[in-house]
Amino acid sequence: MINSFTTPTPQLKRRHASEKRFQWLGKIAITIAIGFLLVMVATISWMGIGAFKQTQIQLPVFLDPDSIDRTAPINADYGAIIKKALREKFPDVTKRRDKRKLYKLLSSQATFTVQNKVLENPDLIGQTVAIWFIASDDVDMYYKGNISVDEAGNAGKLDKKQLQWVTALKKSGAVKTVFNSRFFLSGDSREPELAGILSAFVGTALTLTVCFALSFPVGILAAIYLEEFTPKNRWADLIEVNINNLAAVPSIVFGLLGLAVLLNTFGLPRSSPLVGGLVLALMTLPTIIIASRAALRAVPPSIREAALGIGATKIQTVFHHVAPLAMPGMLTGAIVGMARALGETAPLLMIGMVAFIVDTPSSILQPATALPVQIFLWADSPERAFLEKTSAAIMVLLAFLIAMNLIAIILRNKYRQRF
Amino acid sequence: MTLQTQIQVQTQVEPENIIENTIVSADNVNVFYGEKQALSNICLDVPRNKVTSLIGPSGCGKTTFLKCINRMNDLIDICRVEGEIMVDKQDIYDPAVDVVALRAHIGMVFQKPNPFPKSIFENVAYGMHIHNLTSSKTEMADRVEVALKSAAIWDEVKDRLDQPGTSLSGGQQQRLCIARAIAVQPKIILMDEPASALDPIATAKIEELIDELRQDYTIIIVTHSMQQAARVSQFTAFFHMGELVEHGKTKNIFTNPNDERTQNYITGRIG
Repeated sequence: MINSFTTPTPQLKRRHASEKRFQWLGKIAITIAIGFLLVMVATISWMGIGAFKQTQIQLPVFLDPDSIDRTAPINADYGAIIKKALREKFPDVTKRRDKRKLYKLLSSQATFTVQNKVLENPDLIGQTVAIWFIASDDVDMYYKGNISVDEAGNAGKLDKKQLQWVTALKKSGAVKTVFNSRFFLSGDSREPELAGILSAFVGTALTLTVCFALSFPVGILAAIYLEEFTPKNRWADLIEVNINNLAAVPSIVFGLLGLAVLLNTFGLPRSSPLVGGLVLALMTLPTIIIASRAALRAVPPSIREAALGIGATKIQTVFHHVAPLAMPGMLTGAIVGMARALGETAPLLMIGMVAFIVDTPSSILQPATALPVQIFLWADSPERAFLEKTSAAIMVLLAFLIAMNLIAIILRNKYRQRF
Repeated sequence: MTLQTQIQVQTQVEPENIIENTIVSADNVNVFYGEKQALSNICLDVPRNKVTSLIGPSGCGKTTFLKCINRMNDLIDICRVEGEIMVDKQDIYDPAVDVVALRAHIGMVFQKPNPFPKSIFENVAYGMHIHNLTSSKTEMADRVEVALKSAAIWDEVKDRLDQPGTSLSGGQQQRLCIARAIAVQPKIILMDEPASALDPIATAKIEELIDELRQDYTIIIVTHSMQQAARVSQFTAFFHMGELVEHGKTKNIFTNPNDERTQNYITGRIG
């Protein structure tokens, strides 16, 4: 019995207390989750941000007309020209071993830099030109401050002498960092300073396109058929249980399936986005079907009754009324599936998308790799410079994911109808 | 069994209750949901261009019977219908009958207003569109207007035909659903408690509308409100526990019921 509205009974107090407790637990849980997320994003950004910058070294290069044939400038030995330029910059280096160390300050790409300059403008032959070269990964790491000098005076792979040269270059203003457009515009490389994300990015885009083009229509049609047309009997139950089980199958099993069936039986091209997309589509299908069925089930039966009651056929009812209302939910399911497919590495390893791919694939039949596989490959590389590449690749992957989700949200809001 | 036979005999014997010009004629209809029998031995004639109301306590089978007439019960997997229902002298449970064509001739209005989440215009046009009833856009627009006028909602929506049907008030939505049903020009309109979710003013409008529609359509209405049955219908059938207890002219049922159960129900002692 309540005597007053202002003095709660002990029992009521307990009820309020338990509600407060629950709310606090929820707040703590959310704080912890956000904390972990922030730590992850901050760490990755901190480690990876350097990869978006590139260290360059400027050298005056004398384009000797004696060693460059004006009629065929492409055949000249530009390596020798650069070595000469380096020796002239540091005339006191005489020992053969030191010279070799000196040459290692620049990336192996340097010869192409000079070559391209000359091919672009043959008039430069005979002149001394100041050219910015990509520094080698060790110089890059040191200059960006990612590695520090130890007691012996070495920094990573750079020894004392190399450090002196870098310092000298720095003092003369011949070292700078620029935005690393190469990271976004080139494929993988054995040299960390040259490695880029483009081939993996395009590979992922092609693979996901194949995956979406297959799994979305098939998944939605399967869901519509199972939800709206099949009689509810033992077979339907069996199919439902199996789809639910498929959704929980480890992804590497789908990779093995792709290897055994798609590659070995049907002879589809190894490492190709087509096979990758097919395997990921198989993996994504159950997720899309389950989510789409749930979305269809959430459409009020009154809409179906209204359409059927006016004499619409079942197929008209579904495609004119039910499916459009379920579309936002179906899209959500598809995007959850695609997000999972985006991050999937194991099945792609099985079908050979782990190969070292430098060229950007231009069709779904060409060998390609994918972003998560690229991350896996770089994380596995011993060079110190790949560490920041790995983090940067993760950032690109996350950006891809966010972009994908954003598109899905926009589409969902566009299709959302009230009922 | 003997009791049921008695009832049938009774309802058929009353001379003032004889129905002429029937459009729907149910003969020995039994409906089962799985093992459970929902309707037993229903024999009911529905007169043309009249309003027939089906009354009875909840779970008595009146909605089940209503849904038998346009075969909406087909949607329920476990539902099984036995017996014969003739609409315009055709057995609608004949395997040769196309339910889509049947439902085009027998419209339905549901308990809860269920307009499509599309524009008001599209809501009314949809039925004509799927049945290919119009040949041009202007004809479609004309017929939408006619349907909305017959449903007494034209004046309220004529300026906002492109707005979603779901943006209307409950009573307007229900009249929109009636417009949608009559746009395809059915012979019969089934109404399953069309005013139970509406306030008294909206209910009055719907009842007025039902009375007007009777000129052109046969209306079968399920209702929980005996006042409503008395106001709108010329014939009334009383269902109880899956049986048709009594049917006949509304004024006879309400003033001088034959069966004790009808008497108890209309005086509020059961139900």
